[in-house]
Amino acid sequence: MNSKSPKVKSDNVLIGTPMRKVEGLAKSTGRAVYTDDVALPGLLHGKILRSPHPHADIVSIDTSRAEALEGVYAVITGRDMAVQYGIIPWTPDEYPLCVDRVRYIGDGVAAVAAIDEDTAIAALSLIDVEYKVLTAFFDPHDALEADGATPFIHEAKKQGWNGNVTKVVKLEFGDIEGGMDSSDVVVEGDYFFEGSTHAPIEPHCAIGQWDGVGHLTVWSATQVPHYLHRELARVLELDQAQIRVLQPLVGGAFGGKSEPFDLEFCVGKLAMKTGRPVKILYTREEVFYSHRGRHPFHMHYRTGATRDGKLTSVDAKILLDGGAYASFGLVTTYYSGQLLCAPYEMPAYRFDSTRVYTNKPACGPKRGHGSVQPRFAFEVQIDKLAEQIELDPIEFRRRNFIGEHTKTVNELRITSNGFLECLSSVESASGWHDKFRTMPFGRGIGIAGSTYISGTNYPIYPNEMPQSAVQMQIDRSGRVAVFSGASEIGQGCDSVVAYIAAEELGVPLEWVRVLRGDTDFTPVDLGAYSSRVTFMLGNAAIDAATRLRKLVQSSVAKAWAVKPSEVLLAGGFAVWAPDTGRQMPIAEAFNLAEVEHGTLGATGWYNTPKDVHGEYRGGTIGASPAYSFTSHVAEVDVDTDTGFVDVKKIWVAHDCGRALNPVLVEGQMEGSAYMGAAEAIMEEQIFKDSDHGRAGLHNAPSLLDYRIPTSLDTPELQALIVESIDPEGPYGAKEAGEGPLHPSIPAIANAIYDAIGVRMDRLPFSPPNVWRAIQKAKEDGTLRKPSGPTVRENASADAMVVAPQADG
Amino acid sequence: MLRLPPYQYHRPTSLDAAVALMTEHGDDAMYVAGGTDVVPNMKHRLFEPAHLIALRGINELQGIEELPGTDGEQGVLRISAAETLTAVASHPRVRDLFPALADAASHVAGPQLRNSGTIGGNVCLDTRCTYYNQTHFWREALGFCLKKDGDVCHVTRTGKKCVAAHSADTPPVLMTLGAEAVLVGPNGRRAMPVADFFVADGIVNTRRSRDEILTEIRIPLASATRRQAYVKLRQRKSIDFPLLTVAVAAEVDESGLIRSIQGVVTGLGSRPRTLTKWNDVAEGRALDDELIDELAKRAHKQCHPLENIIVDPEWRRAMVPVFVTRALEQVTQA
Repeated sequence: MNSKSPKVKSDNVLIGTPMRKVEGLAKSTGRAVYTDDVALPGLLHGKILRSPHPHADIVSIDTSRAEALEGVYAVITGRDMAVQYGIIPWTPDEYPLCVDRVRYIGDGVAAVAAIDEDTAIAALSLIDVEYKVLTAFFDPHDALEADGATPFIHEAKKQGWNGNVTKVVKLEFGDIEGGMDSSDVVVEGDYFFEGSTHAPIEPHCAIGQWDGVGHLTVWSATQVPHYLHRELARVLELDQAQIRVLQPLVGGAFGGKSEPFDLEFCVGKLAMKTGRPVKILYTREEVFYSHRGRHPFHMHYRTGATRDGKLTSVDAKILLDGGAYASFGLVTTYYSGQLLCAPYEMPAYRFDSTRVYTNKPACGPKRGHGSVQPRFAFEVQIDKLAEQIELDPIEFRRRNFIGEHTKTVNELRITSNGFLECLSSVESASGWHDKFRTMPFGRGIGIAGSTYISGTNYPIYPNEMPQSAVQMQIDRSGRVAVFSGASEIGQGCDSVVAYIAAEELGVPLEWVRVLRGDTDFTPVDLGAYSSRVTFMLGNAAIDAATRLRKLVQSSVAKAWAVKPSEVLLAGGFAVWAPDTGRQMPIAEAFNLAEVEHGTLGATGWYNTPKDVHGEYRGGTIGASPAYSFTSHVAEVDVDTDTGFVDVKKIWVAHDCGRALNPVLVEGQMEGSAYMGAAEAIMEEQIFKDSDHGRAGLHNAPSLLDYRIPTSLDTPELQALIVESIDPEGPYGAKEAGEGPLHPSIPAIANAIYDAIGVRMDRLPFSPPNVWRAIQKAKEDGTLRKPSGPTVRENASADAMVVAPQADG
Repeated sequence: MLRLPPYQYHRPTSLDAAVALMTEHGDDAMYVAGGTDVVPNMKHRLFEPAHLIALRGINELQGIEELPGTDGEQGVLRISAAETLTAVASHPRVRDLFPALADAASHVAGPQLRNSGTIGGNVCLDTRCTYYNQTHFWREALGFCLKKDGDVCHVTRTGKKCVAAHSADTPPVLMTLGAEAVLVGPNGRRAMPVADFFVADGIVNTRRSRDEILTEIRIPLASATRRQAYVKLRQRKSIDFPLLTVAVAAEVDESGLIRSIQGVVTGLGSRPRTLTKWNDVAEGRALDDELIDELAKRAHKQCHPLENIIVDPEWRRAMVPVFVTRALEQVTQA
C-alpha cells in the first residue's frame, strides 16, 4: 500500500494490542495528583479582580484599602507586569492584567495574595478601579465596519487601518470562475457556526513558588508547559534558566489550556513579591471567561460540480468572530481555509477569511482547530450537490477521492490515506443502503467526511530544533525510566511512550516508569496541540529506545556468540531467535550491556520534514507530516412537534494510520464524536445583548446552563478503526484525537435533512432552532421526506456493500 | 471554586428545637433540608444567612405512611417533608397510588441531587431566573435585579414585579391531586391546599413565612382513583430544571367519561398555573383526540412564558399544547 515501509519492525508484541493506561488506576481511584492537589507549606491563595465592563479605559486603580486588609500579603496590577505576550509570536496583544484598557466582561485587572481564599475575595472588593466606559463591539460585522469614530478594540497597526481586524487571509488556487463556468451545478449557501467552549472538568489552576535566590517554580494545569516557560520568562523578566514549570496531571483541556493565562503570571509575580507560594484556582465562571474556544464563523460557500459528480471549484468567504484578543487567531484564520483541501480533489479553490476582534472572551483553538466550522459548511454543500445531481452522497465522495501519496490543490503533501476504507466501513456498518432516503419521515441518516493534521511541520516560534524528545534510562533492575516533557491531558501520551519503551526494550509494561511534566529534567516537547504528540513523541521514543536496544542486543550477542540481529528483547527476556529456548532475564541482559557500555541512557528526538509545503505566503500553515481521515454516518430521529433531534447512533470510521493501542484510539474516536455531537445539538457560548440585561455578559457561565450532553443524551457510538500504515508515523500511526470530531456535525445536519427535508445551515440544532426551521418549512410546504437519488452506485461500489453488521 | 459565605450550622433533633432556633436568630437564619437549592444559592450570594438550621436530624420530618380515613376525616397518604426525592420516587405506595408524583420526583435534577434533595425542599424551591441565578460578579456587572440587590426586573424591564419562574417538578402534580401542605411555626400548625400555597410574586412565591417549616404533604387517598400524568420539557434527559411541566389528573367514570379533570403547568411564571375552563368542556365526554385538541388549545391561550429562563419563550409557548397533548394522551393510557 505504501511506497515506504513503516519505521521499525513489524512483529510487535505489545503495539496494536489493548493495554491499560499507565495513569488510569491512579485517576479512577482518586490518587492522581492534579495542580489543585499540590500542597505546599505557607501557601497563600490568590484571586483576580475582573472587569465588569466589556470595553473601557482604566482611569485609575487604588489598591490601598485592599493592601491594608489583615491577611493580605500582596496586591498587583497590570503595571507590575506591563509586558505584552501572545501565543503567536507575531501577535502579542495581551497583558497578564490589563494595563490601560479592558476588553471584555471578565478581563483581569488586579490580583491579590492572601492568607486564605475568603480574605482574597474580600480584598478584591476593596480595590477601587475607575473606568471610562467605551463603545463596545459585539457583532463581528459591526467590528469590521468600524470607522474609528469610537476607539478600536486594539490600536490599528497602521494609520487608517481598522484596529478591529486581527488577520485577513486571501488565497486562491486554480481557476475559480472557469471552474464554476464548467460546472453543471453550482450550490451557494450561507452557514453560521455558533461558538462553543471546551468545558474541561478541571478548572485552570496554577501555583507559583519563589526560592528567594532566583528560582521560580510554577505548577500549572496547562497543555503547553514549554510555551508557558518561555512566556513566564519574558513577562516576569527572568532568564528561562531561572524558571521551572511543572505540569501535574491535567483534568481535560481540549485546546482550552494551550496558551498562557493570567493566573500563571499572577502566581509567579505574587510568589516573587511575597516570598511565599501562591495558588490561584479558577472558578467555573472564570473558565468560561478565559475561553479560547471555537470561533463563531459566518461562512459563505459557492461550490460547483459536474453532472457525473466531480467537484470543479470551491469558493469560500469567512468572517471569524475572534473575541477580545488574538490568541491563536492568525493560525485559525489560515486553518479556516487551508485544511479543507482533502480528502476530495479540488481543481480550483479560493478562500477569503477575516478575523475581527469583538468585546467578548477571546476565541482560540478547540479540538479540530479552525477546521471544524468550514468542514460543517462544506460537507453540507456536498450533500446539496449530490442531491441536485441525484447521486448517492457516499458515491459522490468516493468519486472525488484525492488519493494517497499526492498533493492537495494548496500543495499540502498527503501520504497514507485510508478515506475510501472509512467510507465503505461506515456505509456497511450503518446499513446505509437500506436507510438513506427510505426510512419513515422523521428518521434520517447522513454522511460526512474530513481530514486533519498530525501535528504541524513548523513550530509556533520559528526554530529548527526537534519538536519532541525523550530521554530513556535503563536500570540494573530491568526498570526503564522515560523522561518525557509531553503533556498528558488525558489523551494517553504517557502511556504511548511506556508502550514503546516496553515494546522495544522487551520489559513488561509495569517496569516502565514515565517521569514527566517537569521542565527541569525532561527534554522539550512543544505541547499537546494540533494532534502532534503520539506522532512526534512516538517517533522520539522509538529513536531513543532503538539506540538502547542495539546496545543490549550487541552485548547479549557477544555473550552468546551470535549475531545481534538474532537477539530479540520481549516479555522480560532476551531470546535467541533461531532457538527461543535460549534466553536470559532482561535484567541480566541489561547488566551485560552496562558492563560493556557503561551507564545506559539515550536521548531520542523527532523533527518534522521542512521541505514539503506550498511556496507561497502562508503555505507552511497546514503543512503536516501526515494527515488523518475520517468518515461518520449519523442516524437521527427528529420530533417535528418539538424540534428535538435525537441522535440515535454515530458510526465513526477513522484512519489513524496504525492503532498503537486500539482501546485508546476508540476512546479518542468516541470522545471526539461525542464532542462534535454536543456542539451540533446543544452547546453555544453566547452573550446577552442590550435587550437582555447587559450586552456582553456571558449568557450562562455555569455547567448547569451551558449545556453539555449527559450520558443519557449521548448517542450510541461505534468506532471503526482504519489502518493505512503511514510511512512517517511511529509504527505507521497518525493522529486520532481531533480528526474524528469533524464529521459529526455535518453528518447530523445531513441526517436531519434526510429525516424531514429541512436544511440546518446554522448551529446549534437545538430544539428551538430546529422547531423554527420546521415552522418555516411548513409555511413553505417543504416539510417532507426528500426523494431518493435515481443514480445510486456504480456496480463495483454495489458489490462492496456487504450485509449490515449486527451492531446491537 | 465558589466559596460559601461564613455561617453557623445548627442541627436540632426536634421540630420544637428548630422553631426555637429560628425564633432566636430571626432574619439571620434559614432552614435547610437537602441543601441542593440553598447551598448553590448561598455560593451565588443570593442567600446570606448567618445561621443555617438543618432539618435532616428531625425524626418528625421523616416517614411516608398511609393514614386511613376516620369519622369526619378523609384518608391521606402522608409524606413527611424531609423524605428525599429518591425515597418519594421509589416508595411502593407512592408509586401505586400516585404514579405521577413518583414520576415527577424521579425527574428532578440528577440521581445524586435526588438522594439529597427533599420533597419539602422541592415544594419550597426558590424561583429561578437567568438574571438571578448567577454569581455576585455577574449580577454586579449586570447592575443587579429586582429579586436581589437591585431595583429593576431585566425580563419586564420595569421595577414593578419580579417574574422569576417557579421551577419545581412536584407541585403541579400535588395540585392536581388535591394535596395539602402542613406548616409549623412559632404560632403553631396550619394546613392549606398546595394549590393555595403559591403566590404570583417571583421574589417570595409561597405563603410559607420565613420562620415556618413545611412539615408534611398530605394527599387524599380518594385522589388515587384519578388517572394521572406528568410530562416535563427540558433540553437534557437529566439535571435540567423544567422549561415547562404539565401535570394532569382526571376522574373518569366506568364508561370512560370524564367526571372532572385538572391540569397544572409550570416553568413559565412565578407560580404553577392551574389551567381553567377545562371542566366545562370536558365533563361527561370521553378523552378522545377532539377533546384533547380542545383542551390543548385552551391551555395554549392561557400560557405566556417570559424570558425569565434562557430558552426561547416563543418556542416554550408553542410547546404548551404539545406537552398538554402528550400528558392527556398518557392519561388515556393510564
